[in-house]
Parts: sequence; C-alpha cells; structure tokens
Amino acid sequence: MKTIALAFRYLWSRPLQALLNLLLLTLGLASITFVLLASEQIDRAFQRDLAGIDLVVGAKGSPMQLILAGVFHIDVPPGNISLADVEELRRQPQVAKLIPLSLGDAFRGFRIVGTNADYLSHYRMAFAQGQPWAQSMEAVLGAQAAQATAMKTGDSFIGSHGLGGGGHGHGEHPYKITGVLAPCGCVVDRLILTPTESVWQVHEKAMAVDDEDRKALEAEREITIALITYNSPLAAVTFPRYVNSRTDMQAAAPAVEVSRLLRMLGVGSEVLRGVGAVLLLTAALSVFVALWNAVRERRADLAMLRMLGATPAKVAALLVCEALWLAVLASVLGLAAGHGLTALVGWLLEGQRSLPMSGRLWVPAEAWIPAAAVGVAALAALIPTVSAYRVDVAHLLNTR
Amino acid sequence: MVETRGLRYQYPGGPALSFDDLDVPQGATLLLQGVSGAGKSTWLALAAGLLTPSAGEAVIAGQRLSALSRAARDAWRGRHLGFLPQKLHLSEALTVERNMALAFYAAGVPEIRGTVQTALNLLGVGELAGRRPSQLSGGQAQRVALARTILMEPRIILADEPTASLDDEAALTGLKLLENCAFQCSATLVIATHDRRVQEALPAAMVYRIGHRAAQGSVAAA
Repeated sequence: MKTIALAFRYLWSRPLQALLNLLLLTLGLASITFVLLASEQIDRAFQRDLAGIDLVVGAKGSPMQLILAGVFHIDVPPGNISLADVEELRRQPQVAKLIPLSLGDAFRGFRIVGTNADYLSHYRMAFAQGQPWAQSMEAVLGAQAAQATAMKTGDSFIGSHGLGGGGHGHGEHPYKITGVLAPCGCVVDRLILTPTESVWQVHEKAMAVDDEDRKALEAEREITIALITYNSPLAAVTFPRYVNSRTDMQAAAPAVEVSRLLRMLGVGSEVLRGVGAVLLLTAALSVFVALWNAVRERRADLAMLRMLGATPAKVAALLVCEALWLAVLASVLGLAAGHGLTALVGWLLEGQRSLPMSGRLWVPAEAWIPAAAVGVAALAALIPTVSAYRVDVAHLLNTR
Repeated sequence: MVETRGLRYQYPGGPALSFDDLDVPQGATLLLQGVSGAGKSTWLALAAGLLTPSAGEAVIAGQRLSALSRAARDAWRGRHLGFLPQKLHLSEALTVERNMALAFYAAGVPEIRGTVQTALNLLGVGELAGRRPSQLSGGQAQRVALARTILMEPRIILADEPTASLDDEAALTGLKLLENCAFQCSATLVIATHDRRVQEALPAAMVYRIGHRAAQGSVAAA
C-alpha cells in the first residue's frame, strides 16, 4: 500500500466533506482560469483587429463608440460623414492609407460593410472559396458569417436595414456572393463585405423619388467611418487635432481608447480575480478545518500507525497527500470548468456576433493554476500536518 | 525476552517513575499489573521504544533499544513488536484486509501476497476480509486486531487491557487466542491489565506489579 493510495482512501472516507472542499477549490481555480483565458483573448482580439490602424474618423460623438463600431463592430456608429470631407483627408500628406467603411445594413445579424479591396489586404485575408467582388451588389462572407448562415459562393441574399437585423429588407437589391473568406480569427470573420457602391446603391434607390433626387443624393454621398494609417508616427501628434478642430468629423485614436477600455474591463477582471481569490481562501480554510478535524478524529489511528512502526514523517505525509489529492483533483476540475465557462461565454458572444472567445485556447499563465492549488492545499495542511507529525502515541495507550 | 536495568523515566515537569529490574525469557508471558496511573502505560511506551528512558536501559527481544536511533526504533517496532490496544483502532476508511495491510505499510515492508488472508484465516475471520470494521461484531473486530498484531510475526507482543470491555466468556476466548498467537510466533507476551480474570486464565504467567508508589517516584515488582 502506498501513502498516496492510503491518503486517497482516507480522503474519501468523508465523502461529503471531501466533495465540499473539492467544490470550493474548483470554483476558485475555475474563476481564475476564466479570467486568464478571457483577458488573454480580449487582448489578442484587440491587438489583431487594431493592427495597423492609427486613427478612426467618424461623426462627432463618443470616441469609444467610434472605435467599438468601426474597428470591432460591436457598437452602432455615431452617424455618417461626408465622402467629400473624407476625400479631403485622404489628400493630407500624413495619411498613408485610408479605408472607408459604410455601415447600416445586416444579414441575419451579420453586418454588411461597404468598403474597398484595401480592407481585405489590410487584414491579409485569404479566400476559402470564390474570389473578391468585381462590381456593385457583389459580396464576400467572413468565415463565421458563412458558417452561421450556411451561404456559399453563387448564393444571393437580401440585406435588411439596421445593424441588429429585423429591419425592413431591401428586397429589390439582392447581393450575390462571389467568395467566402478563410478564417482569420479577427473581426472580418463576423462581417459581410461589399463594395461601398453597393451600400450607396441600396440606400439611394430606396430614398430617391426621381432621377434628380438621386443625382442630389449622389452629390452628398457619405460613408460611416474611415480607418487611417499614418505615413509617420509623428502624425499622431498633429493629425487628430487637425480633424477635430478643422472638420465636422471626429478622430479617435484606438491606442488611447482601447487602453481606456481595457482599464474599464480590467476593473471587471480584477473583481472576478478577487472573487476567485476569496473562493480559494475560503477553500483553504475549509480544507484546514477538514484536515484539522481529520487529525483530531484519527489521532488514535495515527498513533496506531506510529505504534505499527510508521515514522512521524510518514504519518505527516499522509495528511500532506490528502491535501495534495484535493489540489490535484481541483486543478484538473478547475481548469476544465474554467475552459468550459470560457467556451460557454464564447458561444453566447458568438450568438451576439461579438468578440471571439474559445475554450480550447491554453495560455502559459494557466501553469500557475496547479501551483496555486498546491500552494493553497499545502498552506491549509501545514498546521494539521505538524499536529500529525507530533501525534502522541501515549494517547493510544491511554485510550480506554 | 525482556530485560530492564535501572529503568527510569522523568516526565517533563511531572513525576519521575522508576521501574524495578526485570528478566523475562523469550516466549514467556508477563502480566503487568497496577491501578490506573501507576505507570503501566509508561512502561509499555518504554518497552515499545516510544519513550526514551531518563536512565537505565531496556533490552527487548534481544535488541538494546538505547543503541537505536529514533528512526531505527520505529523500524524495529514495526518489524518485531506487535501491539494490541484496548480500543482496537481499526480504521473505518479501510476494509479489514486494508486495515491489516497497514502493518506492512507502517513498517515499510513490502506486502507479502497471501499473508493477510493467512493471518485472518488463522484467527477464523478469513471471510471478513472485504468488510468494513463497522460491519464486524465486537469479537470479530478483536480477532481482526489480533491478526494484525501477529501479522509481522513479532518477537514481542504488548497487549493493553485486552479484556477490559469483554464478558467472562469473550475475555477467556480472547486471552487464549492471544496466548496461542504469541506461542505460534514464539513471542514474549506482555499484558498490561488490572483485570483479575487475566491472572486466573493465565496461571503460568509471570506477574510484574506496579504499585501505588509509582506516582511518587518508585515502582515495586512482585
């Protein structure tokens, strides 16, 4: 019989207590695992989606809203901006690249984004099938959009007004799918891309009462957001100020807004991490009480072991192993539960066409989970172990 | 055999107990008698190498205990000493078979296949190997505890008040079993008791009486 096997039998000789301790430890570790996984994936998503975008320009309003709507596509944009003003920006010497985005319609909850080929090349998108659009009213689907809608190259669909879906359909302007993009793990996976002209065509024809009216609309064309890459990092000092003071548009620096957002999210993750720590502390106390009671209840049994020849270290090792069993089991269950919870949240977010989150991802920081479990268990076992080490065999002789 | 010379134990901040010299041949039976608090437990602890005497020495089953380190005394006890406590201390977390195997585990000796079952069979409780202690009657539990005591074929068996909670018939049966087991192992049997029935059941046993004066610091041998 090995110490590890004997400790396991002793542990489960009090099944309810063992289960309660295991549950507390598992919940604490699962919370921390979830925070690690979620924060890592949010960071990665932000870095991936923001790569190469120095400035986001849109209608005046909340800069944070502009970033969330224009880069991550998880909020509604504050309004539209004049195409003429945007073209003026494009001509500025600080601007290396300007990608227009036109929002307003959706298909089954997936946003239809009017843009140009630069958007595809910016995110280095590859095609899983088909090819880019060649003309207006053609579209390509992001991988997640294609999978969720079960649409493929050659199919047609009708967009509906509004970003959340449920608006009136533009039945007279069906889109034809020319390609499906390969998964990139970025925001494009959740989008349906089409030339900007498609968006203009759909809305101008819907709004214009006659040719003259349409011509007037063409002269006042708008887009929703412009994604800008600078020629030089120095532009970050002057260009946003230029946009905000000299035009009717608003400039939002993603780096500033995202760090503000992460600080806000950070409070939430710190709270969750704190809850995990409190659960771990509670578990440590519970394990301590359980082991302390185990030593008290089994004092004579432990003394009997000493009488049978066990060294004090061997008796103490039994207590340590009981605690370690809890730590090992809780680590496995806590990691599994943390990944399961992340997968569940990812599934819910996917339903809302929001940030991608996977329970299958492993992050290096998770290596601390078993270490934390062992640390908590070892701390909880310390005093009971010393007590077991010092068990008085004379107690056995005096037990009547 | 048991040999003690000038054995004395000083409890920290408590009384000092002195024990008269003693010679018990190997295989003999010794009754250690005395009222509660007289020093029987202290003598058993000294004989088991659990306490280190303040003075004097004990040679138990041919082993001078003072020559052994604490760890070596633990190993010696596991291998050569059997102990039958009054309260049997069979763990409810384990089956009868695993309770028996604790003796191998504690002594750090690899379990010899079939030994546990043989010992249980010897005591007539072989069919109880898979049960939990709570599923045993008092007599069955005592037989299991006795089987564990002799599992390592000890050279000396210490029994602490083995008849205290037994009726006359069970006490007699238990004592005979204990004597037989000691005989089969050629072990010296030391029984700490204040039960008169023990002396009646084992008339050939040597008697070592620890008197009232022990608490004041001396012990008288009968």
